[in-house]
Amino acid sequence: MSNFDIQLENFEGPLDLLLHLIKKHEMDIYDIPMTAITEQYLAILDAMKTINLDVAGEFLLMAATLLHIKSKQLLPKIVEEDQEEEEDDPRAELVRRLLEYQKYKEVSQTLDSRPQLNREIFARVAPEPEVLEDTESGFVAVGLFDLLEALQEVFKESQEPHAHEVNLEQLSVTDRINAILSSLQGKESIAFVDLFSGGLKRNEMIVTFLALLELVKLRMVRFMQNTHHGTIWLFPAVALDEMDAQDSVDDTLDPNVGDDTFGYS
Amino acid sequence: MIPLIRTLEMTLLDTLELTPLIEALIFAADGPIKAERMAGALEIDQNEIMLAIEALREDYAEQPRGFFLQEVAGGYQLRTRPEYADYLRKLGHSRPFKFSRPALETLAIIAYRQPVTRAEIEYLRGVDSGSVLKTLLEKRLVRILGKKDVPGKPMIYGTTREFLELFGLPDLSSLPTLKEFSELLPGDENEVYTERLPLLVNDDIIEDDN
Repeated sequence: MSNFDIQLENFEGPLDLLLHLIKKHEMDIYDIPMTAITEQYLAILDAMKTINLDVAGEFLLMAATLLHIKSKQLLPKIVEEDQEEEEDDPRAELVRRLLEYQKYKEVSQTLDSRPQLNREIFARVAPEPEVLEDTESGFVAVGLFDLLEALQEVFKESQEPHAHEVNLEQLSVTDRINAILSSLQGKESIAFVDLFSGGLKRNEMIVTFLALLELVKLRMVRFMQNTHHGTIWLFPAVALDEMDAQDSVDDTLDPNVGDDTFGYS
Repeated sequence: MIPLIRTLEMTLLDTLELTPLIEALIFAADGPIKAERMAGALEIDQNEIMLAIEALREDYAEQPRGFFLQEVAGGYQLRTRPEYADYLRKLGHSRPFKFSRPALETLAIIAYRQPVTRAEIEYLRGVDSGSVLKTLLEKRLVRILGKKDVPGKPMIYGTTREFLELFGLPDLSSLPTLKEFSELLPGDENEVYTERLPLLVNDDIIEDDN
């Protein structure tokens, strides 16, 4: 047997490995010889262990599945005439999964063989104009991932040393919301990073971020940027002059969130 | 009444005059431009735009051009012919995505099965797909569509406009047909990947020359 000429890193997962073994040994997928395939599979797992102890959990799970199917086959069959043969076969689900997996594996290669933008094909793109189609203001809405990326940037900038601190800070999201709203007062917008300036501690940053999320949820502010990865701007969603910020926050805020204080140590 | 006069003027344009105008619009667009957007800007019927687009497409096909008109993500864009890829890459101004096999597989599953949850992807692939999914989200090829109304409220994923642009697809229905397999494909999977190897080798050579 020359099983070990296989490069293990070529296998993406247990299904991939099984497909390979079935093809290599010219097995019939609808009548997989369980004893043979289980033996082959376990031999490769052993080889993986000698090279790299970290055999991923999903490979082990499949080994268990194979052994389970094999043991099921050993049990005497209760012949019931009305039952369909296929459903009786303990291998049926595995076969279905293998064929399904092969389908996507195949199509992913077809997809990759298409001419790809910036690999085979290059597009004519005029420099981005000031005004984008989504809004009149030239800004597009910011998604969750942009926000998280921006938060990571802010964290990176601050680089607080990892010291162990046990003083409990009383920071409330409501307070932060009010602070943000009052700093927005009389302004058209505030840059995301400016909200985190002034040497904030990490816990203060997190409370600020939570306050921002809460404000977005309440539809009191909007995040916009004019290019992907551009500066994120915070805009009031309603004219702040027209309402008493303090009152409306207390009224609309989810009490569970508003009353929480965050004391990170 | 000015818009009315403009509308009258525009309807007088025959396809022959409209074609270079449409060409200009597509040329100056910041991405694939939709026919309806052009129709809206020119205040003319979308059918006329389509005729002009067809005329342009034929023009480019007949003449020796370095580019062609491709319908992508519901719009139209001028794109270079794939046969010039090697030379264009030498300019080296843009970095292509380099897909790993797991990334491609996951992307394919999301493209065909959307809306799809992470658990469904992982069942199909038989392996953990969290990090691959994260990469695809970061590259904006995949997005969160929402949450599925089942216990645990898992996120559901789908592909983006950028995905269509990357693979030059007009819409999702133009994805290559998913073949139904009733049996295994002949040959080893490793052979299929050799198709891409020459490309990668070329890349290396280009870098060495520089």
